[in-house]
Amino acid sequence: MSKILDELKYSESHEWVKVEGNIAYVGVTDFAQKEMGDITYVDMPEEGDDVLAGEEFGALESVKASSELISPVSGTVVLVNAELEDAPEKVNEDAYGAWIIKVEMSMPSELDKLMDAAAYKKMIGE
Amino acid sequence: MSENLIPLEQLQKTCLYDSHVALGAKMSPFAGFMMPIQYDSITVEHNAVRQKVGMFDVSHMGEIFVKGPEAEAFINHIFTNDIRGYEPGKVLYGMMCYPDGGTVDDLLVYREYLANHFLLVVNAANIDKDFDWIQEHAKGFDCKLDNASPRIGQIALQGPEAEKTIIEVLGYKEAADLGFYTFCDVEYNGERLILSRTGYTGEDGFELYTTNENIVEIWDKFLKAGVQPCGLGCRDTLRFEAGLPLYGDELSPEISPVMAGLGMFCKYEKDFIGKETLLDQKAGNLEKKLVGIEIEDKAIPRAGYPVETPEGEEVGVVTTGYHSISLDKSICFALVKKEYSALDTPLCIRIRKKVFPGKVVKKRFYQTNYKK
Repeated sequence: MSKILDELKYSESHEWVKVEGNIAYVGVTDFAQKEMGDITYVDMPEEGDDVLAGEEFGALESVKASSELISPVSGTVVLVNAELEDAPEKVNEDAYGAWIIKVEMSMPSELDKLMDAAAYKKMIGE
Repeated sequence: MSENLIPLEQLQKTCLYDSHVALGAKMSPFAGFMMPIQYDSITVEHNAVRQKVGMFDVSHMGEIFVKGPEAEAFINHIFTNDIRGYEPGKVLYGMMCYPDGGTVDDLLVYREYLANHFLLVVNAANIDKDFDWIQEHAKGFDCKLDNASPRIGQIALQGPEAEKTIIEVLGYKEAADLGFYTFCDVEYNGERLILSRTGYTGEDGFELYTTNENIVEIWDKFLKAGVQPCGLGCRDTLRFEAGLPLYGDELSPEISPVMAGLGMFCKYEKDFIGKETLLDQKAGNLEKKLVGIEIEDKAIPRAGYPVETPEGEEVGVVTTGYHSISLDKSICFALVKKEYSALDTPLCIRIRKKVFPGKVVKKRFYQTNYKK
């Protein structure tokens, strides 16, 4: 069973969002990290880059495959999790602790389109 | 890949399918078979082979027996390497080529202990194509062909402890005397078992061919002895580090052995199909060559990503790439215009939106540890 946190919002492409006012932390779910296997590299945007909801902002790489990261929200990247550059395995170890980007949202209303924990749990069918 | 087009119910299963499922392997279609990709993590399995011993179900591979007074002449007619003059028990690697130099398949040829008997071991995805090709070109030669692929299972036992494991678990002391690329015949349950000191990992190891029933028993014995089962995931990372090509990626109807840097397995003192074109390519008449590229980042160059000059001109494409488990480097094979194939040539890989600088390096990324 994959871990799902009640206080987060979820996208169909398995990203989670933690909202603090106008700021969104974005990472990938426990389900996603399990599907990927050992993550060896996190391709992240630069601070100051703009991201758009539904658009690619980076990628996760495992030994065998790469998987695009899709931003659940629009806005500006104010911080990337530099810790993941040297320790990408943190995504496997603690998917909800290992946020990937911190975004200052330009359209917080986009959050309404995301799933809550119950809806995400239903989607992954666990 | 094309296997996605094969309906699931038509995929073949090897004799070890039930064992893979019982072990909880992640299964996926490969070359028309439902095969284990990994049991544990690819990294754990990869390291088991590099440091101790691991085993692979390679029962999907094809075995074709050729025998008859003209078997040797026939094989030498379709095979790039030269099988003449070797003792029984010798294994040779080489390719079959089309007249235009493109590769039909890469394969092993076993010179059997019975006179005029040979075994060809071919890639699973190519069994039907190869057998058709072989049959067509055998016309006019006095020899008989037998595609034994469905009757024969195969385990590859690979790693520095492979010899010890064979002797301890199966009792074949002969293993200690086999040099790399030689084989001997032993018996298991009164039936023939081919014990071959070959492999596809860059480590010492053995490939065992025998009946499907025997293979199932032997696999279980190795499991009980603590041998790590390994899937196709780490088979690819291991062979890649050792600089070994995979048909479909580094060899194909469009990629000749000379383009792939495998000219040492083409012998021109004899005639074979494709010889004229390969000689021409060897003399420099070719557009592309396979190279190794190392990039200065942890990003992973994957098959299909473009290769560019530092000025941004696209000059090639990645065929296989990984962040190497044994070397902790991001490396790849790439097919590039030959002007850019010299060692140390600066080349970049475009990975999604970013361009990563790197340079041409030797294709054998990992120092292999074969039995002398």
